[in-house]
Amino acid sequence: MDIIQELSEQLQQGNPKKAAELTQQAINENIDTKTILDQGLIAGMSVVGEKFKQHEIFLPDVLLAAKAMYAGMDLLKPLMLKEGIPTIGKVVIGTVQGDLHDIGKNLVAIMLKGAGFEVIDLGNDVSPEKFLDTAEKENADIIGMSALLTTTMPVMKKVIDLAKERQIFGKKKFIVGGAPLSTEYAKEIGADAYCFDGMSAVEAVKRFTSISS
Amino acid sequence: MKGKDLRPVVRFLENNLIERIIAEARDIMCKLGIEIHNERILTLLADHGARVDKNTQKVFFNQSLIDKAIAATPHSFKLYDVLGNEAVDLSGFNVNFTPGSAAIYCLDGSTKTVRKPTTSDYIRYAKLMSRMKNIASQSTAMIPSDVHEKISDSYRLYLNLLYCEKPVVTGAFTIEALEIMKELQLAVRGTKENLKAKPLTVFSCCPTSPLKWSEVTSQNLIDCAAYSIPVEYIAMPLSGFMSPVTIVGTLVQHTAETLSGLVISQMFNPGTPVLYGGSPAFFDVRYETTPMGSIATMMIDCAYNEIGKYLSIPTQAYIGLTDAKSLDVQAGFETATGATLAALAGINNISGPGMIDFESCISLEKLVIDNEICGTMLRLVNGIEPKEDFPSLPIFEELLRDKHLLIADHTRKYFKEEDYLPGPVINRANRSRWEEDGSITEWDRATREIEKQLKSYQPTRLAENIQSDLIKLMSAEAHKFGMNELPKRD
Repeated sequence: MDIIQELSEQLQQGNPKKAAELTQQAINENIDTKTILDQGLIAGMSVVGEKFKQHEIFLPDVLLAAKAMYAGMDLLKPLMLKEGIPTIGKVVIGTVQGDLHDIGKNLVAIMLKGAGFEVIDLGNDVSPEKFLDTAEKENADIIGMSALLTTTMPVMKKVIDLAKERQIFGKKKFIVGGAPLSTEYAKEIGADAYCFDGMSAVEAVKRFTSISS
Repeated sequence: MKGKDLRPVVRFLENNLIERIIAEARDIMCKLGIEIHNERILTLLADHGARVDKNTQKVFFNQSLIDKAIAATPHSFKLYDVLGNEAVDLSGFNVNFTPGSAAIYCLDGSTKTVRKPTTSDYIRYAKLMSRMKNIASQSTAMIPSDVHEKISDSYRLYLNLLYCEKPVVTGAFTIEALEIMKELQLAVRGTKENLKAKPLTVFSCCPTSPLKWSEVTSQNLIDCAAYSIPVEYIAMPLSGFMSPVTIVGTLVQHTAETLSGLVISQMFNPGTPVLYGGSPAFFDVRYETTPMGSIATMMIDCAYNEIGKYLSIPTQAYIGLTDAKSLDVQAGFETATGATLAALAGINNISGPGMIDFESCISLEKLVIDNEICGTMLRLVNGIEPKEDFPSLPIFEELLRDKHLLIADHTRKYFKEEDYLPGPVINRANRSRWEEDGSITEWDRATREIEKQLKSYQPTRLAENIQSDLIKLMSAEAHKFGMNELPKRD
């Protein structure tokens, strides 16, 4: 088994220590950074995602694999910066203003990071301005908003309306999630996708970034 | 403190009521007598001290005879698969599931209509049973209509043995059929001694309510006893029709009918393994039917199981089935209610999965759904016990530090055993995911699961020479009834 394949396997097994060792070994052997990222780490997480969808493995297995992904990414990031290799996508995420419920949002953030995306987690009670300021400053591709309350759902629309005012609507993708949300509501407020769980958020972000192209 | 000490249990009868029911039943056996249409058994029981009136074919038992039979009855036994591996432990409060039996119809999953089953349906059933991990044994669940009726019982067992390794709950419709069914078992085990050491089947033997044994079923009792083949007594009192309307009155009758079978088995061959079983029902005076989904029926089942346990005899019941005609809410409600009560009551062999319509019809879709109900019940009876929960501080420190416990060692070690994770037949996705997956209904999920499981079917590991012997035996039996060949198997 070559080192990249083994890295992918160890990531699927949820072994952060081994994933870090193998990533370092691949770097030491001068394997192309993008190859390590794409064919080792991201390929391994894709297998994990598919197995999770088929109920062959469960959320703890996915998150453990994500932890292995971080372990590898921590070593690759300095090289990616140096070589000018962009991350596969950057997501600004948070629970909207007035809402302190962040369990679902946290889970989405973990899974997005695990899938190789750069995630800037703004926490909860996030104002529309903060979502957009951060997204612009960080040059994020995606803005992810979460709400658990029907009373805080309208803040999502405020974020999108403000994006329209600032003329960045259409340049960034807006994804929404949370128990009272629906596909219909997402369409109504102009969001690009409604994500009903962590894995669907990963899939949506993949669709909107380089992964799908 | 171990989990088994905390096993949740449901009880309906206090011991003094059990004792009174047994005493009344024994009184009926001794004073009113039990009608037994079998000369050989009448002689046997007379030889053992019972008073027999050959004109009325009534046997008047005595207390000593009943005591001896109870004392001779094994407190537990096990069933073994066709390869000789232990598969079912019928002891204590162990719970095992087996499909219902002898349906004359099947609910065709593709047309959703009822029709008579054929060999092809039976093979699909047996293959599917090999994949049902929560159903410990198979049963001769339906009657194939494409063979002569005189071999329709033995032919079922033959197909079971060829396609699924699990032990079989079965029964014979005639005296002669039991002979070939015994031969099929001997072909698998090799010798009578091996068959006795590792029972492969349980035979259902039914008294006729009220207080009667037919020639066929009583003969089946002693023919099984001769080979130490386990039997389950299936008394079927019908409350308000063929037994008193009260549950207690029905239990008295059920006890008398069951104990009379017990005496026959144990007098013929002391130590014959048996299940204290039954299929009573609370007669429905509106529709003239025998509902298996009635709560009173289920209470009778659980209560006679308590009587069996009081006598230290392993138990059986037809429970966890439905009278519904389709896979609807009624089917789910009646099946799960029965299965829950049966599991909590600790009925050792629970006959029911797959059956609808008063046990006259089998549905493979329901079988795969019921497999999940059985898995749920097996989890339920394991109860609640501490698992590295004390001292509690460390896990809470970890929760507060890491903000979640999804990848904690504790979570990963126990999440699969603390809850039962059902297969795709049970949908626990949120509505959006369910819609994205096509809004698939329960019935269609079950159909998909059947096809998925059948694709994963692994042929039996039963030795080829034994399979050949089974085919020869069955072919010869079919020939006796004018069938030159057995139906083609896929």
